[in-house]
Amino acid sequence: MKKADIQILDGNNAAAQGAKLSRVQVIAAYPITPQSPVTEKLSELVEGGKLNAEYVTVESEHSALAVCTSASIVGARTFTATSSHGLAYMHEMLHWVAGTRLPVVLVCVNRAIGAPWNVLNDQQDSISQRDTGWIQIYARNNQEIVDSVIQAYKIAEALYVPVMVCYDGYILSHTEMPVDVPAQVDVDRFLPPYKPHTILDPANPKNYNLVTLANPRVNAEGVLCHGYMELRYLLQEALQDSKETIMKVGREFGELFGRNYGRMFWEDRLDDADIIIVAMGSLAMEAIVAADMLRKEGHKAGVLGLRVFRPFPKSELVRALRKARLIVVFDKNISYGSEGATCSEIKSALYGSSINAAIRNFIVGLGGRDVKARELAEAVNKSLLSLKEDILNKEYPEWICYI
Amino acid sequence: MKTNAVSLTETEYVLPGNRLCPGCALSLAYRHILKALEGQVIVTVPASCLTVLHGMYPVTSVTVPCVNTPFASTGASASGLVAGLKALGKKGLTVVAVAGDGGTHDIGIQALSGAAERQTDFIYICYDNEGYMNTGNQRSGSTPLGAISGTTPILGKQQNQKDITAIMEAHHIPYIATASACHPLDLYEKVKKAKAMKGTRFIYVFTPCPPGWRFPFSDTIKIGELAVQTAWTVLYEIENGVFRLTSASESLARKGNLKPVSEFIEVQERFKSISEKQISELQDWVNARWQLYLKRASDS
Repeated sequence: MKKADIQILDGNNAAAQGAKLSRVQVIAAYPITPQSPVTEKLSELVEGGKLNAEYVTVESEHSALAVCTSASIVGARTFTATSSHGLAYMHEMLHWVAGTRLPVVLVCVNRAIGAPWNVLNDQQDSISQRDTGWIQIYARNNQEIVDSVIQAYKIAEALYVPVMVCYDGYILSHTEMPVDVPAQVDVDRFLPPYKPHTILDPANPKNYNLVTLANPRVNAEGVLCHGYMELRYLLQEALQDSKETIMKVGREFGELFGRNYGRMFWEDRLDDADIIIVAMGSLAMEAIVAADMLRKEGHKAGVLGLRVFRPFPKSELVRALRKARLIVVFDKNISYGSEGATCSEIKSALYGSSINAAIRNFIVGLGGRDVKARELAEAVNKSLLSLKEDILNKEYPEWICYI
Repeated sequence: MKTNAVSLTETEYVLPGNRLCPGCALSLAYRHILKALEGQVIVTVPASCLTVLHGMYPVTSVTVPCVNTPFASTGASASGLVAGLKALGKKGLTVVAVAGDGGTHDIGIQALSGAAERQTDFIYICYDNEGYMNTGNQRSGSTPLGAISGTTPILGKQQNQKDITAIMEAHHIPYIATASACHPLDLYEKVKKAKAMKGTRFIYVFTPCPPGWRFPFSDTIKIGELAVQTAWTVLYEIENGVFRLTSASESLARKGNLKPVSEFIEVQERFKSISEKQISELQDWVNARWQLYLKRASDS
């Protein structure tokens, strides 16, 4: 490992550096706030001859991901970045990429989605794409952004499953912080060039994504081939089994770069904590400050920072939460009519386990509403008081807002 | 050398037996398109009748590499293929996008316009059957005035079709051509010419649709010929800005023996509720366009 190369980078620049170090070959992206500096930085790198890639200046996000899809099909390592409405506009292609089993990597700079217009941060955009078959990794800081983009290619190319690396708009995207930028020579050792399993060649023609019936069907040689249902099963199986690859790649990264990502979530003082705060993205860092406050007040508080949202690490979570008597989940998203998405996931993971903790869910920080550590700590204290009601599970979340 | 039936590429890239309707002009067009490209292609296809031709997994009737892509994304898919091949240093393959009129005039126009504006190095072929025929004949931006369709079921369409080649010409691309499946040698020559060029090349192909237009399966060629004889369809090419009538349209211009457009209309049941006024409007539209093309041909 080379000497640390500490640079002061904002999150968008960190993402661009991650793409550059991964030696992406085709980039297609369409500008949207707060992602646009990623597109500008990569354009500058390509035009300046610092990155040997094709940059396709598409006319929409739908086209951005369509370009990445087809470029990936012919065997290129591809990258795109977007936010909010852009990600929503990609929705159809998100399904298409995962269904085609392509190792495309997408950076989502988390931003609220309209109406009404709002360019600031929450995680409604990527959470809304939960069921498209992509692995979702959330970064807590800019170091994790550059590291996660590099790992994302290794994970995606091992599994033929696309990976979305998500980080909070403005809070990370436009905030500078020290980042240890990996050396190219080390990244090259970690991430070999992409070798596609299929080459499109007229000498041996293949047809991608023909109409596929529900049931298996016999080919011209009499071999029974998968139906649509079996292809869907295989995608689910790949996501189910991807946890091991994600952690293995994270460990390998740690061995080479000294930062171990061999985990599905980050644990802060969970060893003795009976009050566990759960949060995802930069909020998980804020939650650590809240836990400090709660510790000073005499509470055994800890933080579980979700790193990988898809696949959701159910069994690992059960182990990590086993000592909890209160779990407070903060969500920067809302599944309208239900609750925050990560809270639902945690409840689902705990069903049938021996954990009998009370769970409280708070919706926070939508549309860039500032979230203070003090507010998180107060929410935990409020939740502790509510334990007297002897209700483990509340039907709906509380909101930290003025209503 | 003028192409004739004997000088066509012998290899078949569309194998006998596909899932298209009997009498479908697309089969004929696609066969000649792939022959002209001699199979050295990657084709990208959106949702369309061509998807049907390509078959159902795991059986296909086509022997060239193909990438199926969502409806709106054809131009972008082609851009991705071009960028990917370039990034990997792969040469010698032509990227060809083939989409219907719904996929071109309507839902795909943004991606196509973007790809053309970027001067992407590919051939885009729009086969026009004047409606959403794959989904059972609904009105598209290319359905003509007065035509009955699934979404203009009683009154017929109240607007005329948009001029897609004029839209593409506004993109300043090096090659634009119109062709007809029913004049396959002219189509073949245009695809061959396009193949030898660089940049965005756009070819429009008129493809009569027996079930959608409601004429007998055996009459596809007759309908296509009538379209050219009435100047409903005009065969031309615009090569680096130079306009030229070709094939049957060129001889029609020389002889001046244009048939009335009603001869094309009255043999198709989709026009069963068209009014005399609408026929006259269509005739005026055809006349004006024909005069424009004649002027452009004599000017260049």
